[in-house]
Amino acid sequence: MGIITVGISDLNVAKGTDVLATYALGSCVGICLYDAERKIAGLAHIMLPLSKDAAAGSKAENRRRYADTGITELIQTMSMNGADTKNLTAKIAGGAQMFSTNSEVFNIGERNVAAVKKILAAYKIRIVAEETGLNFGRTVFFYAEDGTMEVKAAGRPPKKV
Amino acid sequence: MAITNVDELGAMHLDVLKELGNIGSGNAASALSSLLGCDTDISVPAVKLLDFGDAINFLGGPEQIAIGMLVNLTGDIDGMMLYVLQHSCASKMTAAVFGSEIEDIMNMNEMERSFIGEVGNIMSASYINAIASLTGMTIDISVPQMQVDMVGAILSVPAVHFAQIGDKVIFIDDSFVIGGSEVKSNMILIPEMASIDTLFTKLGVGT
Repeated sequence: MGIITVGISDLNVAKGTDVLATYALGSCVGICLYDAERKIAGLAHIMLPLSKDAAAGSKAENRRRYADTGITELIQTMSMNGADTKNLTAKIAGGAQMFSTNSEVFNIGERNVAAVKKILAAYKIRIVAEETGLNFGRTVFFYAEDGTMEVKAAGRPPKKV
Repeated sequence: MAITNVDELGAMHLDVLKELGNIGSGNAASALSSLLGCDTDISVPAVKLLDFGDAINFLGGPEQIAIGMLVNLTGDIDGMMLYVLQHSCASKMTAAVFGSEIEDIMNMNEMERSFIGEVGNIMSASYINAIASLTGMTIDISVPQMQVDMVGAILSVPAVHFAQIGDKVIFIDDSFVIGGSEVKSNMILIPEMASIDTLFTKLGVGT
């Protein structure tokens, strides 16, 4: 079993007994996609909702930063690795509001989750588990073998969904 | 030429930021000294421009648990400031004042929480006052919001806010000596780029 780390604004694909991991999601969202028939797992760690919101002049290589372009690229990458895109289901985690204030900036977690759901719906990918919102950070492990998503948070028992 | 990305800051700009860091840390040390009721000295702080990823690693890695206190800056400067305090450092501070260390930072009691909040208040205000008085700018700070969690999750808040502009933060690494033992804390400044321009213009450092 190998652990494949997915950084911030990054994505990766795993097969066999490999495990995808992304650490300390705050307002970011981890999107775990799984083809249960072929046992192919994919994980993207996005920071922001939609790429059209990007400030002018931001670089094209930052596609993985956004829910829309990040999920599109994850689906493409999984497809290239043999996954059947019609077969995908999703588990999502993160999108917390780490600091409580009314400012729109701090509300980014909620906006991220909303954008992720909208994009997944557009691709007709069903969300089968969700560990989002509230006010704490989460580390996610996603097991290619059976599509289990394990969520760990500081001071809380780990949760498998 | 206006600076549009933190990467464009030169050695001279960094020196100016270091000086601001020095003065801020000096202010903070004397304020801490009166709060803690004991001698508090400070060594010259290290001021660096770091990627968010490097800043997270410097603070012990994404899953390291720490106390983060975040303030919003408005007025002549727009941005955020995040004060990060590790368990050991917070414990030395409570030991100096209450005579007891913090057992579990995830479950601080009311007294510990309010005291640590006050430390965050004082630290943030010290740095901002230094910048404001040197530049003659008016900078308002919000009440600090405290969160105890994984460093990666805490830093994701300014990282997300900053993501559309650049990936670097101004990272101030302070070493204090409180009652004979050394403690470290970190102040992370994330100004809007327009505010960095304003700051350097006010200080007469051409950009």
